[in-house]
Amino acid sequence: MTAPRIEAHRLRCRACGADYDAQALAICENCIGPLEPVYSDRRTRPDRATIARRPPSLWRYREWLPLNGEPVYSTETGFTPLIESPSLARTLGAGRLWIKNDSVSHPSLSFKDRVVAVALNAAAALDLDTVGCASTGNLANAVAAQAARAGLPAWVFIPEDLELAKVIGTAVYGARVVRVRGTYDDVNRLCAQVADRNNWGIVNVNLRSYYGEGSKTVAFEIAEQLGWRLPTAVVAPMAGGSLLTKLHKGFREFLADEIVAGGIPRMYGAQAAGCAPIVRLVEKGEGRIEPVVPDTIARSLAIGSPADGGYAARVIRETGGWAAAVSDADIVTGITLLAEHTGVFTETAGGVTVAGARALAMTGRLTAADEVVLCITGNGLKTAEVVQDQIESLPVIAPSLREVSDLLDWAAAPAA
Amino acid sequence: MPVTVQLPNVLAKLTDGQRTVEATGDTVGDLVTALSRQFPELEARLRDRRGQPYEFVAFYLNDADIRLNGGFDTAVRDGDELVIVPSVAGG
Repeated sequence: MTAPRIEAHRLRCRACGADYDAQALAICENCIGPLEPVYSDRRTRPDRATIARRPPSLWRYREWLPLNGEPVYSTETGFTPLIESPSLARTLGAGRLWIKNDSVSHPSLSFKDRVVAVALNAAAALDLDTVGCASTGNLANAVAAQAARAGLPAWVFIPEDLELAKVIGTAVYGARVVRVRGTYDDVNRLCAQVADRNNWGIVNVNLRSYYGEGSKTVAFEIAEQLGWRLPTAVVAPMAGGSLLTKLHKGFREFLADEIVAGGIPRMYGAQAAGCAPIVRLVEKGEGRIEPVVPDTIARSLAIGSPADGGYAARVIRETGGWAAAVSDADIVTGITLLAEHTGVFTETAGGVTVAGARALAMTGRLTAADEVVLCITGNGLKTAEVVQDQIESLPVIAPSLREVSDLLDWAAAPAA
Repeated sequence: MPVTVQLPNVLAKLTDGQRTVEATGDTVGDLVTALSRQFPELEARLRDRRGQPYEFVAFYLNDADIRLNGGFDTAVRDGDELVIVPSVAGG
């Protein structure tokens, strides 16, 4: 028998501390709390120069991911651009501002490529031959695309009425797409039951302990791309709340391992007003998440019962951050603001992030002393319908130079 | 006719391996009380010391999250189905 090419880490319950061998299990069999991968304090960690010499993918931080050995799938994912925007910084009143641009993530144009890259390699380590997910869209795209390339069958469960581009951008890869009549929360509950009865690797259910760790690579890349330092504030969209907690974990790990120095950034979260259970918990200050029935154009964030909502709210408060809920109209404004200032076309979740940052700046939470990073997690072409109004006012002319001249005269004329 | 209760694998070890059990009562809270009498080890995994739903499980009555409909006070009728799943999933 040949040695396995890749191994998954052992797991430990975050609530009661029970230990488990590596397996496709995300909840504790003792207390049903969430399991997390265990990292050995004795493991070798590379220095900055070693990391910098590695290929530009999320695997350059492999010592902080829950797998040992060489990744076998999705080896090119990660290392998306970090773009500074002085113009957007001025508009928001921040000192300096960068966009972490996962709207161009390989291969499926959202940050979910990161978590799926880790989950599929965990599936390989655990000898699982079928993968799946419950998704609001971006995860569906990432699982379908990466499973296709890996040659793994994929079962993808989504709400029936998702945006067209997200449904097509899943089905095209040959995945078994199941459209469920209900909300994401209904789909998620169904997948928890499906995972219980099939030996599949459902990336955000029974592989969730490994999957979530992929989001830390956003934090690692931000630190490296800023020249091995941390920003003072980070704004991230919140759906289940996992991304924000994993960003925080990533920053903490780089500080603990002395890859960077300084303080933890203040963590800010943004949600759509039509689905803001984590924002409400931050505002309330204590207690539990109170689920909601989502009603927003930000479908990728429409999780009414966020699994990591309590943890996200705690991280936000502990780091001195805050949370903002924004209207659907503000989400569209956020999308256009980002496009016009940075040349990046983001989806509704990115609109939430930008609009949330603007709301936080207007209430004095972000200031001229801040170096802010906005996490732009998805691509605007997937939710183009929300900015469809943009094309209604466009001129339509005959192929005539005179009509172009008329247009130029009209454009140059002073406004009435 | 009592209510059918579907349990996740992680709880079935507390019910002699049964994933589907039956219970009777007027509310979801009553069902939890009845199940706890039948399977005493199950109680701490269904409700906490304050009598609220245990934080790491979610209850769905006929596919609807009970937290949106009155929690343990949600009324049940004969023939309903209560599904209990681990709450830490998804996202």
